[in-house]
Amino acid sequence: MTRSSAPAAPLAATAAPGTRPGRRSALPLVLALAVTLALVVASLFVGVYDLRAEGGGQMFLITRIPRTLALVLAGSAMAVSGLVLQQLTQNRFVEPTTSGTSEWAALGLLLSVLLLPGAGIATRMVVASAAAFVGTMVFMAILRRVQVRSTLVVPVVGIMLGAVVSALTTLIAISTNYLQLLGTWFMGSFTSVVRGQYEVLWIVAAVCVAIFVLADRLTVAGLGRDVATNLGVRYDRLILLGTSLVAVASGVTTVVVGFLPFLGLIVPNVVAMLRGDDLRSNLPWVCLGGIALVTACDIVGRVVRMPFEVPVAMILGIVGAAAFVALVLRVQRRG
Amino acid sequence: MITLHDVAKTYGDVHALGPVDLEIPTGGVTALVGPNGAGKSTMLTIVGRLLHADTGRVTVGGLDVVTTHPRDLARRLAILRQENHFVARLTVRQLVQLGRFPHSQGRITRDDEAAVDTALGFLDLTDLQHRFLDELSGGQRQRAYVAMVLAQDTDYVLLDEPLNNLDMQHAVAMMARLRRAADELGKTVVLVVHDINFASAYADRIIAMTDGRIRYVGTPAEVMTSTVLSDVFATPVTVVDGPGYPLAVYYRG
Repeated sequence: MTRSSAPAAPLAATAAPGTRPGRRSALPLVLALAVTLALVVASLFVGVYDLRAEGGGQMFLITRIPRTLALVLAGSAMAVSGLVLQQLTQNRFVEPTTSGTSEWAALGLLLSVLLLPGAGIATRMVVASAAAFVGTMVFMAILRRVQVRSTLVVPVVGIMLGAVVSALTTLIAISTNYLQLLGTWFMGSFTSVVRGQYEVLWIVAAVCVAIFVLADRLTVAGLGRDVATNLGVRYDRLILLGTSLVAVASGVTTVVVGFLPFLGLIVPNVVAMLRGDDLRSNLPWVCLGGIALVTACDIVGRVVRMPFEVPVAMILGIVGAAAFVALVLRVQRRG
Repeated sequence: MITLHDVAKTYGDVHALGPVDLEIPTGGVTALVGPNGAGKSTMLTIVGRLLHADTGRVTVGGLDVVTTHPRDLARRLAILRQENHFVARLTVRQLVQLGRFPHSQGRITRDDEAAVDTALGFLDLTDLQHRFLDELSGGQRQRAYVAMVLAQDTDYVLLDEPLNNLDMQHAVAMMARLRRAADELGKTVVLVVHDINFASAYADRIIAMTDGRIRYVGTPAEVMTSTVLSDVFATPVTVVDGPGYPLAVYYRG
């Protein structure tokens, strides 16, 4: 089959001449780690409750630590998921919220609430992840049939699919009086993350580890089916595996936190712009970037109108939409 | 040896190839020539297991290209397609290292590094090795892809129009390198080439195709005749003596 596929245009225009990727000192990574840690520590101490007051220690353990851990886990998982989807589709604009993956997870979540009212959080996650997997495979299948795979058509297809699925979810929610719940799910927020409720997020840590293991294979997949096959990679199997990992990460994150829009878009793109597309060496950067961005947005959301909170998804949406437009313009400018 | 038995391929209603029976012996450079739509690329990509034939069986070095484990096959057979649209932000060296994937599964060893250095040197890319692919010219990028395929260190190397995007100087240099790869590294090189005179100058044997069938197989001296070429390309071709090899002239009747 001949694919008249336009390539996923790289966003990065120029690396400063003389930069020598590969042989770099670890110093930048250490600095990035320090900045991220500082944000994480700051997140532990931001909040309305005065930790020095009576019961402060308890409060710290029950809400602050779980919330911060959830930020770390969800932030890195969604950023890495974006990176994986971008490799699998060879398109820089794809991430769980621009491929419909998160919307399918939300549909799965709603269905699990309606059909299995007594189910625990584990069942919910399984259903949400399964729906995310099905949805992402539908997206991939459509992409294989779309002849014009120009850079922008791909995310447009994903966003349209996501919109259709969300419309269906909303329709079901309206007719079953679950619309209010839906609002809180869609708007990703760490407000309600407390001890005993966030622990399932550790599953996404396992997903991140699996992606580290698959890193080289995913780099190969980023060069397309033909090159991957030539190098002895079973391409279809890898697509399935990669999609499942992303689906689990999105499913779990959607159930516990909600949507985190654009996270998987901004972070991998900025990293690729600065460092190129070598997945293995980029992964730590993408993880740190995801953690730093989501933590920073969460802190802003908590501080901006204290004692109330603005959901992190809203802040991410504002930052992300601006970044998305900037990336599109940058691609356009390069032709 | 590469063998094809009763290999056929149809795209929808369009009959693209075959049925074809063919043996390509080990070693040397084999050029596939013919007009557009003759089935050259289809046949090459079927041999390179990037495309599945509707019928028939293909073996490369005794391995069935469909049933052999992909990793084992990737150590024996490498193929580079014509359209390499992807412009990943990898450096030349990182791309060429990926050619070692079938051997190392991503864990580059000292042997792998040596093979990468050899391939980079062979394609004259040592100075460009730390540049990003998207900073290179089309011709340089083409060389980087060929270097990746050579670093794969396979006995069989299939190339679909490797001279695409190359100007005169670089096309000649590329053919000379592929000739050296066959002579010095002992590879079996099979390539689709558009310019029949390149086939005449560098190939050991020429396979001429039209309409999905193999019409002529022979040495350049055998295939480079006015009768054969006029027939294959459906245009009047005169063959004249060149500097050590025959030249086809067809520009003006």
